[in-house]
Amino acid sequence: MKHVLSVLVENKPGVLSRVTGLVSRRGFNIESLSVGPVEDPTMSRVTAVVDADDVAYEQITKQLHKLISVHKITDLTDDGAIERELVLFKVNASPERRNEIIEISNIFRGKIVDVGRNSLTIEATGDASKLQGLEDLFRAYGIKEIVRTGKIAMSRNAKD
Amino acid sequence: MTEKISSANDAFKSPAKRTAGSVGAPRGLGSRTEKQGQRMLGAEAVVASLEAEGVDTVFGYPGGQAIKIYDALYDSHQLNHVLARHEQGAVHMADGYARSTGKPGVAIVTSGPGATNTVTGIATAYMDSVPMVVITGQVPRAVIGTDSFQESDIVGITMPVVKHSFLLQSTDELTTTFREAFHIATTGRPGPVLIDIPSDLAGSEMVFEYPDEVNIPSYKPTYRGNAKQIRAACRLIEEAERPVLYVGGGCVISDASEEVVRLANLMRIPVVTTLMGKGAFPKSDPLNLGPVGMHGAKYSNLAMTEADLIIAAGARFSDRVTGKLDRFAPNAKVIHIDIDPAEIGKIREAQVPIVGDLKGVLQGLISQLEKDDAHPNTQTWLAEIDQWRDRFPIYHPGLKDAEDEIVPERVMMELSRQLDPASSIVVTEVGQHQMWAHQFIDREKPRTFLSSGGLGTMGFGFPAAVGAAIANPGAQVVCIAGDGSFQMNSQEMATAAINGVPVKVLIMDNRCLGMVHQWQKLFYDERYSQTLLEPNPDFVKLADAYGWEGKRIMHPDEVEGAIAEMLASEKPYLLDVAISREQNVYPMVAPGSALDDIMGAIDVAVGAVRTDMPASAVPQTSPCATIDAQFGGRWEAQPGDTGERMSAEEFQAEKEGAR
Ligand SMILES: Cc1ncc(C[n+]2csc(CCOP(=O)(O)OP(=O)(O)O)c2C)c(N)n1
Ligand SMILES: [Mg+2]
Repeated sequence: MKHVLSVLVENKPGVLSRVTGLVSRRGFNIESLSVGPVEDPTMSRVTAVVDADDVAYEQITKQLHKLISVHKITDLTDDGAIERELVLFKVNASPERRNEIIEISNIFRGKIVDVGRNSLTIEATGDASKLQGLEDLFRAYGIKEIVRTGKIAMSRNAKD
Repeated sequence: MTEKISSANDAFKSPAKRTAGSVGAPRGLGSRTEKQGQRMLGAEAVVASLEAEGVDTVFGYPGGQAIKIYDALYDSHQLNHVLARHEQGAVHMADGYARSTGKPGVAIVTSGPGATNTVTGIATAYMDSVPMVVITGQVPRAVIGTDSFQESDIVGITMPVVKHSFLLQSTDELTTTFREAFHIATTGRPGPVLIDIPSDLAGSEMVFEYPDEVNIPSYKPTYRGNAKQIRAACRLIEEAERPVLYVGGGCVISDASEEVVRLANLMRIPVVTTLMGKGAFPKSDPLNLGPVGMHGAKYSNLAMTEADLIIAAGARFSDRVTGKLDRFAPNAKVIHIDIDPAEIGKIREAQVPIVGDLKGVLQGLISQLEKDDAHPNTQTWLAEIDQWRDRFPIYHPGLKDAEDEIVPERVMMELSRQLDPASSIVVTEVGQHQMWAHQFIDREKPRTFLSSGGLGTMGFGFPAAVGAAIANPGAQVVCIAGDGSFQMNSQEMATAAINGVPVKVLIMDNRCLGMVHQWQKLFYDERYSQTLLEPNPDFVKLADAYGWEGKRIMHPDEVEGAIAEMLASEKPYLLDVAISREQNVYPMVAPGSALDDIMGAIDVAVGAVRTDMPASAVPQTSPCATIDAQFGGRWEAQPGDTGERMSAEEFQAEKEGAR
């Protein structure tokens, strides 16, 4: 099953390769990855999606914990965490069909970020299922290009 | 039982209590050296840092990007630098130093090829959890990433085989980096740490301020075992009728021998030891069942298989121990004690996992058991094991061997007999000889048997023996080597000779890569692809060339005297012992077989013969008579075949006649 791992690491050169190297070395494929600094500038957060059964997943997290550069690992798989990805779609759009596409985009709270002679570029964020829905609708018009970020996730725990 | 958590915690109030803080502190003066506060070059600060850590010996090899560090070393009164003849040798020496003393080993090498030559040594140390700090010179920061001369990304290359590594970015971080490196290398589950030092930093001025404390928030190994888990473990131990204490390298690292002995004797639990755990439990204790696993005794493997409780103490259920996993100890519950949480549940589920330092956890178990007034419940079990032990001995003097050939097992037993099992240090290379050493060399103390277990590195043993001999002046250090393995790092004979290190090397010379040859014989139709080393160099002349003493023996009568002569020598000494190429290590659990599926064990109920040889082990083309003689004239695989056989001598004569 898919696990969303949120790993708080030291913000230092080479740390990303320590983390990803370890995961791949232990035989797992990283399906999605995103990295960025957090509120403390000495730290970064790596959000990775890996496909692993529970025993294997436990082994990966234990091994990751052993990396000196890793501070904290949170499993955001099951706790209804907030998950977001950002996608840019470049969709075929002849002038007469533009409005339909803009309407679809609006329903999904997408943003038109570029308009070409025969295409529209739409920016959309959301969880995976929403973005999949949008992609399916755009397919009918022909998608020229898709670029998507890795998943980021945050727990809903409203402790503070 | 209604004990309070606080009462169980009393176990930890003993003076032997250790924490990450106390274990990882500098062994040396730390901030109190006379160099503290002085202005100096980065290279001098490297040397000063090693001195502050109490390092007395470093092993290494210089080069362009390490030249400044070597220049600074020239002035050190504290550091004895041992110049190896190959960087791999230097790292294995540091490893042997570390394994035999428990102190971190230190190696210094240059960038590029110097650094890449350390990789096997680092990986070997990593697999066996050996504390080590490796310092590599690096090209100046300004040219890193430009493929400059002798540049290699050694931090990247070694990433999978280090516990941690640093690429030094500024002299401001130099001293904290060294403090952290030594702390990380020696605490928790120990391991190698690499520090890559760009040469411009070695040439920059700085003020030397060595810290005594470390602050690594992300690294806090758990030393103290959970009291509730300890009580749960006690309950299992008290209930068990067929327990086995499975002792691994963690017992050596944690200095827990005394506790293992106490626990085993308190509850009368039989003990099996892994290759890494050898020595942690004394051979003289009747509860010691010795080696377990692929070449373990049949009785040890049967004990594991039939156990109802396995107490894994610093052991990791390696495939060389478990055999086929789904048939490994099918009825046993498992108490798994390890300082590395990732080992627990990795291979075998544990009913009671305990993360912590073994010494403290075992002390906790013992005092809880004493408090519970627990009594051993293992008489029947021990009696059963004793029967197995009598019936399936690991060796039998009645085994028929060709009379004029030296038998490897007997060489090992004779060497063991002549060595002090508590003070001598035996180091092995990798192969058949390693397994014979594991089976037949008796050890009473930890850190007296050094062998590359996890990585199985040929070429480790000899330099490691040199390192151990340097670390333990006056100790009798013997390397049991194969003719193949020895040739992987024999250049270090120069290091031993020049430094006056009276290390002894006993080569079990079968003129082949015996262990691979054995597999080819048993599983690959005797197709000996690239395993024959014939003709070997004249090892005695090689010894002479390096200023060693040396001798070659070929006849059984010479063994006792030659070993005595070797051990009495005050110089480095090489004893080349010619043995047959056809000797296999038995008993053996074939790779992928279950632990109780053992071939070649002796069964005295049948006679002094090895039994349960697979059909594939019956030689098709090899000299039947020789083999038959070795196995007492019969093959269990062909029990009905009782026909006439040629004797070994007849066979030999016929073979010679045919030439
Ligand atoms: C560096 C390295 N290369 C290859 C191997 C595979 N290997 C394991 S045992 C062995 C044969 C060892 O031969 P030798 O040292 O003569 O010992 P013997 O088995 O003959 O006692 C080989 C090639 C290894 N363990 N290490
Ligand atoms: Mg050999």
